[in-house]
Amino acid sequence: MQGNNGNITFIRDGVRLDGRRVDELRPIKIEVGVLSRADGSCYMEMGDNKVVAAVYGPREVHPRHLQEVSRAIVRYRYNMASFSVEERRRPGPDRRSYELSKVSREALEPVILTSYFPRSVIDIFVEVLQADAGTRTAGINAASVALADAGIPMKGLITSCAAGKVDGQVVLDPMKEEDNFGQADLPIAITPWGDITLIQMDGDLSRDEFRQAVELARIGCGKIYEIQRKALLDRYCQMESAAQEA
Amino acid sequence: MDHMERRVVVPGDVLSEESKRAGEGTYVKDEKVYALLYGIANFREKINVIPLAGKYIPVAGDNVLGTIKDITFSNWIVDINSPYDGLLHISEYPRKIEADDMSKYLRIGSSVMARVKEVDSTMKVELTLNDRRLGQIKTGRVIEISHTRVPRLIGKGGSMISMLKKELCCNIFVGQNGRIWINGSEEDMDLALKTIQLIEKEAHTNGLTDRVVEYIKTEKGGRQGCHISG
Repeated sequence: MQGNNGNITFIRDGVRLDGRRVDELRPIKIEVGVLSRADGSCYMEMGDNKVVAAVYGPREVHPRHLQEVSRAIVRYRYNMASFSVEERRRPGPDRRSYELSKVSREALEPVILTSYFPRSVIDIFVEVLQADAGTRTAGINAASVALADAGIPMKGLITSCAAGKVDGQVVLDPMKEEDNFGQADLPIAITPWGDITLIQMDGDLSRDEFRQAVELARIGCGKIYEIQRKALLDRYCQMESAAQEA
Repeated sequence: MDHMERRVVVPGDVLSEESKRAGEGTYVKDEKVYALLYGIANFREKINVIPLAGKYIPVAGDNVLGTIKDITFSNWIVDINSPYDGLLHISEYPRKIEADDMSKYLRIGSSVMARVKEVDSTMKVELTLNDRRLGQIKTGRVIEISHTRVPRLIGKGGSMISMLKKELCCNIFVGQNGRIWINGSEEDMDLALKTIQLIEKEAHTNGLTDRVVEYIKTEKGGRQGCHISG
């Protein structure tokens, strides 16, 4: 977040650097069940972000002392591949990925019915293969689809999306350039009925801009939700047609 | 198969406005019924959502196939293909045996057909072998399929499984945990294995029983009736 950069104009005639309008998402692609060893999995592209989510469980908790008598615990590991960014990233967890793991877990946990599986664990692994601003939102979206694919009971799919501010304007789903040189970034995650389970803010927004940004991100989430849902429905149709061919 | 509406749903989909129609795999919020799972919703009097995937969670009364993975002072610890291990107490063995002799009867690695006797709120799973049909597996083969496909393998009122037993000339024991024991001649077991894999793959399609009958007929070719073999 370097504040306003006088040299670059981000929005010209209502069109952004990559040709999007201010309220437009980057193209999204979702594939369900890409990993055969995991109980549930999902590969997702949001613009130039590429992430894979894998879900294991419910399964026995190791180490034992973490287990809860009356519910399943949820573990979420967010990890960036060393080749996911321009400059090689030192492998292994750092402060940033610890934080993202924690907030992402807390974004998903409220919809998972953990009381169905006492003394067990649901493990979620998110690997970022390529990063281009908004990897936490992509990770949460992919993880939510992977949880459904694993057959884990949930009240609904969590959807996540960010809004930002560049050139004094509120924009949806900022990409790398906008995130790096823009004035604010505001990722949120919501349930299908509109409860916010994650909200973070970097940079600064006025009260009005903040409301505007949250509203815009909510609309973005609504669109992503439809894509997540369709990916899961299509997966079933694929299975059905594959069975009919056989 | 009777006519009813079936459709794929994802968690959070609204299934009905009448809360009393809520069945398995659903939840009620503000008088509406929602899907709790990703799976197939069956709309009858009650609405049930059958999951496409998921782990086996033991329920009292289920028949399961397990493998002994450890022996403690008076319990065998049994892997039942679930997040929760089964406990088989020495007193649930059909014969009275001494704690020191436990490994003479069931060793680590032994396979058993067992029944879930009780499951408590902390998911302690107690098994029993006290039934004529239960006991150690010494011959035949064990196949593993997803436990979500088991109801299809059994069929409505056991129609599929009784047909399979007759047509395949095999003894078949289905565990609710997705493990299936088959016993018969090598040739018959080969076909049984292939047939069960077919059922697993096509579990969600209509008119499956008829197609399976057809499949067995063509696979058997000229072979008629059952072999008489040891």
